[in-house]
Amino acid sequence: MTETAAASEKQSYLAAIEQLKSEESPDWLRALRDAGAAKFAQLNFPTRKDEDWRFTNVAPLVRSNFEAISAPTADVDAAAVKEFSITDASWGELVFVDGFFSPELSRIPEQAGLTVQSLRTAIANGDASLQQHLGKGLNGSATIFGAMNAALAQDGAFIHVEKNAAIESSIHLLYVSTGSAAVATNVRNVIALGVHAEVTVVEDYVALNGGQPYFNNVVTEVFLAEGAQLRRVKIADENADAFHLATMRVHQDRSSGFHSQSFLLNGKIVRNQLDIVLDGEGAECNCTGLYLTDGDKLADNLVSVDHAKPNCQSWLGYKGVLDDASRAVFSGQVMVRRDSQQTNSDQLNQNLLLSDKATIDTKPLLEIFADDVKCTHGATIGQHPKEIIFYFRSRGMSEAMARGMLTYGFADERVSEVTLKPVRDRLEKHVFKRYSPIQD
Amino acid sequence: MLEIQNLHASVEGNDILQGINLTVNPGEVHAIMGPNGSGKSTLAQVLSGNDAYEVTEGSATFLGVDLLELPAEERARLGMFMAFQYPVEIPGISNAYFLQAALNEIRKSHDLEELDSLEFRGLLQEKMDLVAIDRAFADRPVNQGFSGGEKKRNEVLQLAVLEPRLAILDESDSGLDIDALRIVADGVNKMRNKERGFIVVTHYQRLLNHIVPDVVHVLYKGRIVKTGGKELALELEKKGYDWVKEELATA
Repeated sequence: MTETAAASEKQSYLAAIEQLKSEESPDWLRALRDAGAAKFAQLNFPTRKDEDWRFTNVAPLVRSNFEAISAPTADVDAAAVKEFSITDASWGELVFVDGFFSPELSRIPEQAGLTVQSLRTAIANGDASLQQHLGKGLNGSATIFGAMNAALAQDGAFIHVEKNAAIESSIHLLYVSTGSAAVATNVRNVIALGVHAEVTVVEDYVALNGGQPYFNNVVTEVFLAEGAQLRRVKIADENADAFHLATMRVHQDRSSGFHSQSFLLNGKIVRNQLDIVLDGEGAECNCTGLYLTDGDKLADNLVSVDHAKPNCQSWLGYKGVLDDASRAVFSGQVMVRRDSQQTNSDQLNQNLLLSDKATIDTKPLLEIFADDVKCTHGATIGQHPKEIIFYFRSRGMSEAMARGMLTYGFADERVSEVTLKPVRDRLEKHVFKRYSPIQD
Repeated sequence: MLEIQNLHASVEGNDILQGINLTVNPGEVHAIMGPNGSGKSTLAQVLSGNDAYEVTEGSATFLGVDLLELPAEERARLGMFMAFQYPVEIPGISNAYFLQAALNEIRKSHDLEELDSLEFRGLLQEKMDLVAIDRAFADRPVNQGFSGGEKKRNEVLQLAVLEPRLAILDESDSGLDIDALRIVADGVNKMRNKERGFIVVTHYQRLLNHIVPDVVHVLYKGRIVKTGGKELALELEKKGYDWVKEELATA
């Protein structure tokens, strides 16, 4: 990337930041945006010399000149989002079009102890809990994309669950990109769970058919108080030319649980970053993922877990299927601090490469300063075992068919772990259509 | 239906089969017994087409076709089936999906219409009931997390769905308690008919109490050294394989 390209690209975002400054906003929010803007001005876009971006070159994104927007670029009606919508009435559904909340398309769940609002509404209402949490999950770790989001985010989802409230309805956050213009959207989500609160949230990024490339720059902040439990599924099914950079930052208190399943299905560059701080004894996080790439696409999973307190557990289990000349990255960064005894941390990254030209970069990074811990890591780059292929052939199936079915099975295994039926059904359909050699 | 003449085979340079002669006619059940290492499982693997084994001499025809020229999948489509001694686990692939694909490949090769999911589901349930397997197994990944007995029963289920002309059971009794063995044997017996041949490979006679053979062969050092009726199995059970070895030594 040339300096000029980067500078001019930054220029368009800086202009959007200036524009937003002229709009009215509460002081506390203005302060956050200003801090984000200052950081954005000061930082450079990452290059492959930056360790966290060694295998993910964002130059194509930087030179794409996306326009940061303040409203959706096209009208979307219910028919257009029907295929992604979850009709089960027990679910709540918030639909965002090009990053902006659409009340007409949404169904806000109502239950005692639950607040679900668009970020914009929560800001307008002066929600105290939002004010307490917004921006607090990103202390000290701001990247240029995080800073851009802080400066430019205007909408997103705000979910707050009060102490002891176990929310029965699952919440579907559906982010629809219209692809009607080359835009950058900055979505900010905040999910805050009180003591022993529980909820299930599905973050679902989809694209309407075809269209222009676009850039989704997403930041989600999660706060789990003592004993709180968040189950979360993330789907990135963007259009083939889109960029999706998402960071979720999770702060976990004592005995809380974070259960994440992510599915990266489509997008030119999809970066799925998860930063977790286990900041109370007995906290636990289970993060699994499936990434599927083809063409010249790239999927990048960066998961960092900070075992800041003793007796915590983390599990990272990511699987990938890579076809054509596509690439994927998995980095599992686990830090075990000096006093974090009895830490239990495991990670496994399994990959299937369907083509000689596909590339996976997988790098576990364990920094362990405590002495009484159990930490494992492993990575595989798979071939289907010979004896399994023979088993298929002995039942009348060709080797090619066996490989196809095994690839489907490899991906579907992760899908079958999703307990939310409408989500699992959609994912199952996707992997079946994509990989199964028999289609019936 | 199966004619084997002077069959020699080796694996990783070791000669295991050293001149097998065997004829199986439709409707017959042949038991192949023998001490460990005699070549029983090798014979089963070679017949089913495992590339890890190299045939160095001899011939085998199945339904008039030169078996040794065919890849494993074509043998299966022709009507050959082996119940594995150690069935593999296939994560992520359900029994129903696996078997529907297998059956349709076999049907296609015989110019028969493929079954759709619904038709197949009906057939599968019927066969599951026949061989006494819980219908819930249809949606479980093939053999994954199955007990030893469940794996062997699952092989019999596959046999029942694919309806081969010749079924080779490779130590289908190993590792089973008597109840599990009875269920496996019952399933096999239900599949016996005038058209279908069986080769039952086993170390022990007890399976043959339940699957009563027409012919019993004793395999030793890669050759069939003794052939008799079902009473031969009883004699082996009583006297042990040493009796055969001694007889051979004095002959």
